[in-house]
Amino acid sequence: MSDRGLMAFLGRHGTLAALIVLIALNILITKNFLTLQTLNVNLTQVCTIVIVAVGMTLVIATGGIDLSVGSLMAIAGALAPMIFLGTLFGIETVWFAVTVAVIVALCATTLFGAFNGWLIARFNIQPIVATLVLFIAGRGIAQVMTNGNLQVFKVPEFQIIGLGRVFGIPVQAILMVIIVIAAAWVLRRTVFGRQLLAIGGNDRAAVLAGVPVARVKIAVYAISGFLAGIAGLIVIAINSASDANLVGLGIELDAIAAVAVGGTLLSGGRATVWGTLVGALTIQIVRYTLLANGVPDAAAMVVKAAIIIVAVWLQQRGKRA
Amino acid sequence: MAAPPLLTMTGMTKRFGGTVALDDASLHVGTGEVHALVGQNGAGKSTLIKILTGYYRKDRGEVNFAGKPFEVASPRAAQDAAISTIYQEINLVPRQSVTENICLGRETRRFGLLDWRAMHDEARALLRRFNLNIDVRRPLGQFSTATQQMIAIARAIGFSARLVIMDEPTSSLDDRETGVLFDVVRQLRSEGLSVIFVSHKLDELYAICERVTIMRDGRTVHSSALSEIGKFDLISTMLGREIVRASGQATAFGAPLVASGSALFSAEGLSDGRQVRQVGFTLRKGEITGFAGLLGAGRTETARLIFGASKPSGGRMMLDGAPFAPRHPADAIAAGIGFCTEDRKIEGIVPEMTVAENMMLALMPKLARAGIVDEARQRDIVAGFIESLGIKCAGPDQKIRELSGGNQQKVLLGRWLALSPRLLILDEPTRGIDVGAKAEIQKLVNRLATEGLAVLMISSELEEVIEGAARVFVLREGHSVAELTPGEVTETAVLQAMAHGAAVAAHV
Repeated sequence: MSDRGLMAFLGRHGTLAALIVLIALNILITKNFLTLQTLNVNLTQVCTIVIVAVGMTLVIATGGIDLSVGSLMAIAGALAPMIFLGTLFGIETVWFAVTVAVIVALCATTLFGAFNGWLIARFNIQPIVATLVLFIAGRGIAQVMTNGNLQVFKVPEFQIIGLGRVFGIPVQAILMVIIVIAAAWVLRRTVFGRQLLAIGGNDRAAVLAGVPVARVKIAVYAISGFLAGIAGLIVIAINSASDANLVGLGIELDAIAAVAVGGTLLSGGRATVWGTLVGALTIQIVRYTLLANGVPDAAAMVVKAAIIIVAVWLQQRGKRA
Repeated sequence: MAAPPLLTMTGMTKRFGGTVALDDASLHVGTGEVHALVGQNGAGKSTLIKILTGYYRKDRGEVNFAGKPFEVASPRAAQDAAISTIYQEINLVPRQSVTENICLGRETRRFGLLDWRAMHDEARALLRRFNLNIDVRRPLGQFSTATQQMIAIARAIGFSARLVIMDEPTSSLDDRETGVLFDVVRQLRSEGLSVIFVSHKLDELYAICERVTIMRDGRTVHSSALSEIGKFDLISTMLGREIVRASGQATAFGAPLVASGSALFSAEGLSDGRQVRQVGFTLRKGEITGFAGLLGAGRTETARLIFGASKPSGGRMMLDGAPFAPRHPADAIAAGIGFCTEDRKIEGIVPEMTVAENMMLALMPKLARAGIVDEARQRDIVAGFIESLGIKCAGPDQKIRELSGGNQQKVLLGRWLALSPRLLILDEPTRGIDVGAKAEIQKLVNRLATEGLAVLMISSELEEVIEGAARVFVLREGHSVAELTPGEVTETAVLQAMAHGAAVAAHV
């Protein structure tokens, strides 16, 4: 009986427990773990995954999936420099140019996200297929826009979002925390949040209860696109360069892994944004632990896969108990 | 029995856990005979057929087929033993050729490769048996639905079948396709095959079947030539109603309310092109109106039309004197209509959500300010309904899937009552609910009507309709065939209308 109770507990809070154990372990074995620098390195690396994974959490909560996030990051990353570098049209003041660049880039990815949602809601296309369209085409669009060229820049006004610090904390980490809190609040407190969970939990019941299913789905994918756009801008700001081939490559899988490890039901209907944050941090710390202790990245990937399997297994057990 | 017996099943008994699905049931089918097997949901006819075809193992009983004791372990084995089954849904692959569809899973091979010539020949020969001369190399999808239906039947029957079981074969067919199917059945009979025909459409049974076996509560309650039993007696035997019956209430409705209220909703000539063909009725404020009819009569489908959950292909609806044409359930909800669906699990509850979230699902947008849920007001409302509906749960935050069926149903009632609707549609409100909760829900519905709500109640339980509803519309194969006004609602009248329909409708 207590055994089942433990399994249920691990199913619900296992990832958090694992994260705490990992941090404790690192304090013991990894040199210089308890330094601001280590914290910042990890935060910088995990921020974009978390931001994308928050959007993915909402999408998965409706019973869908969004494969296009990496390609949308590339589009945002290609579009913004073209504007603030004046490739498209000249703008006098830097601040104004940067503002326009950010707004245009985010609007573009939001619209692309809405397009995903429209395909899914209007034509009843399976989400994995519908978002595969932009997964493939999106990166192509980004490459065509830039003629496949690397865009290198040094625009501090823009790069604040990737390199800036407030009281020593990276700006993107602050952005990440704001996004996590906002999404958790939306999911918990708003009509929209309840409706998207109802759609994921039982879409036929949701339709019959008058939930505007199509509108909610379009909005969810638009949000996912918006957040992917933010992540894309952060990545290019950190790198001082935008390469349409590489920005956001493979991030959809990292995001899905974070969501799964965090305890969100992949079939929809139950979601936790905080869990996703913990999931992403756990995967990050595992990777860092292995790297800092001399294990090659290739081996770290295998460990990452093992974590996902254990997390999903615990979820299943926890559900049954 | 005129024909020599092909199949005899006697003393068939089957339990699932604590419930008895079959209790000493029997079935005798003669050679070359088309045999009707009828009974309500849960009467045991499916279980009986599934034992025969090897899906289930019997607990007790004897089966003889073609003079020998018979028992198979799988549907495949049953097919090999000359018993074929045709289900409602026909699963064929439209893009593949007729031959591929017919030979799917039993391909002829030569040297490890498919022998196409042999397979085409086999397909051609098989179809010729059903008077079908077509190019078997063409994709199935190019043929008409009726032809596809024939091909599906041919595939199922093959060359060796001696007994064909048809489980509601006409439920998704139109009149012409049904005609084609009947031709096939007659063809099979002329070749000496036997057919077990499961259907709820009485006219069809009388058109094609020679003998009938009626099941109820897991037993065989009647077996005779179909000509020896009239439609009225057939239905009342099936529903288990003795026509002269001791008085006394079987439900908790109390005396039916007769509304002085005016008409709230009316429909005429309503159709959806399939299950609903010509339905008209009026619903009044403060009155429970019942829909009676056999399975497949179009009751649920009519309710879905009222609620905007499916699109009408004809007819008119009026709500409060104005034309009403909901395009979406949200439209119907906005107009003050609630709909408790027949299947709680599939169309009602959101299992991962709490009692409160489930109950507030439809009302929530109205409770919110700027899209933010007003938790305090919501909690008050939910607490109020848990109290007034007598919902047994640990609290508003308990997951709904942990509740009993009766309590889940009350939560769903609460979902609609919270909207203060004008019209509430209840589809099988007490199905799968224990006796105590059933009575509570019936009382509750009665109280709601007293308070002025118009209620449309669909129920397969005759007592529920007769004792609960003041006014009953009887549906039969997609047509509303009778309106029984207050005072006319008796068992005899309802059964008469279900059996003969048009005759009664003419006199109303």
